[in-house]
Amino acid sequence: MSRDVVILGAGMHPWGKWGKNFVEYGVHAARAALKDAGVSWQDIEFVAGGATMRNGYPGYVAGATFSQALGWQGNEIMTCYAACATGSQALAAARAKIQAGQCEVALVVGADTTPKGFLAPQKGERPDDPDWVRFRLGITNPTYFSLYAQRRKDLYGATDEDFAAIKVKNAEHGFSNEFARYRKKFTVEEVLASPMVASPLRLFEICATSDGGAAVVVASKEYADRLGSQRQVKIGGISTVSPKFASADVEMPDIATDSAAASNAYSFRASIAQKAYEEAGVGPEEVSLAEVYDLSSAMELDWYEYIGLCPQGDAEKLLRDGDTRIGGRVPVNASGGLACFGEAVPAQALAQVCELTMQLRGEAGDRQVSDAKVGVTGNQGLFGHGSSVVLLR
Amino acid sequence: MDEADTHLIGSRCKRCGTYFFPGNVTFCRNPSCESDEFDAVPLSREGTIWSYTDAQYKPPEPYVAADPFEPYAIAAVELAKERMIILGQLAKGVTVDDVTTGMQVELQLQTLFTKDGQDYVSWVWQPKR
Ligand SMILES: [Zn+2]
Repeated sequence: MSRDVVILGAGMHPWGKWGKNFVEYGVHAARAALKDAGVSWQDIEFVAGGATMRNGYPGYVAGATFSQALGWQGNEIMTCYAACATGSQALAAARAKIQAGQCEVALVVGADTTPKGFLAPQKGERPDDPDWVRFRLGITNPTYFSLYAQRRKDLYGATDEDFAAIKVKNAEHGFSNEFARYRKKFTVEEVLASPMVASPLRLFEICATSDGGAAVVVASKEYADRLGSQRQVKIGGISTVSPKFASADVEMPDIATDSAAASNAYSFRASIAQKAYEEAGVGPEEVSLAEVYDLSSAMELDWYEYIGLCPQGDAEKLLRDGDTRIGGRVPVNASGGLACFGEAVPAQALAQVCELTMQLRGEAGDRQVSDAKVGVTGNQGLFGHGSSVVLLR
Repeated sequence: MDEADTHLIGSRCKRCGTYFFPGNVTFCRNPSCESDEFDAVPLSREGTIWSYTDAQYKPPEPYVAADPFEPYAIAAVELAKERMIILGQLAKGVTVDDVTTGMQVELQLQTLFTKDGQDYVSWVWQPKR
């Protein structure tokens, strides 16, 4: 790999349902990241913005929208959209630009405002659109989460108590996180008493949608050193790989998997972190902490295996042994995860990176993971998007 | 979908043999195949439950729900020959307590909803006796 790229600063706008324009969250996060980095806005050469699909034209050109809001100053801009992986793709673009020597310091921003309730499909009759077809058949987002949860019960002996315990753990983690939306502790009994949405998952085990904004300032190692920064976190690797045919995962919004009649079957989700580890030159056994996509409480168990923290079928043991709690061997979702944040799509992958940055610097306060040296993120969303970022101290 | 024989119709690539469902495919998605020619073929009408769940709340449109809403169960079913998983509702009256991963099911037709006097029929999975 070419020259090292580091995170100089991280900033967020607290997650919530604030009802404001997404630009406000993005600019708040960007200014916080710039301040944290000790870099002036006018020194930024490149802005990578994560697009939002629900805020009209300014959302489609988020890189420009944020730049204008911060004050046009002649920086280069780009915008990308990659569902849940949006923030990581924007980060990858900034990193590539720096690695290629085309700039020294860049700003990456993602922010969103989301409607209330479950995400609903667009209006109209569209039988060619898989997203329309599956809703017509009564297959919602929780359907997919629950198919995986039920399979864990039948194959690996997961219990309803395990799923509730994940929610309890993450609520405990996020309790003191000033950026989290839900800061309330739960007991297993309280979670199990919440209404069943899609068996075996209950209301408190399925993540909500939120408003929020996250930003990071990234720079070449040389630039960071010249600035005298003592709080650099190195970007070890970024993966934004696509699935491989035949993808064997049951994926939203499809009603069928690829046919492996003439090909080998692959698990997309298990492949995502692999490339990030390879780039970083570290393995899962060296990971100090992880931030993964707990769209449902049960899905966090799948992620333990996707990112290699344990072999397939052993995730329940990892949870029950307390390994993934703060204070355990490899804490997962020390931020509180999606359970405490709710999903703000184009900001979420960056929020994971912000949390790891704070943790690796030892600045995470009450939720600090001791001696954090290697952090990994994992997320996955619609239409073959997924990402993983490995950060190193 | 063929109402007489009760099987799903998918597409099968003429060159590499990969199946597609739904069958509205223009180019073969197998990366080592450049074919754009397909046969419409019936898919296996029996399979194995990969996993299952239900819906306790009314989904948003375009789902057309009965009033009052009736919860329904859903299964992801693995077809052996096609080596693929297809989702669908379980037959009316079948709940998550009636099925388990690995169970054999077969395809049936069922009226999913009636709108403006017209029945909308879809496939459902029925546990084999
Ligand atoms: Zn083919």
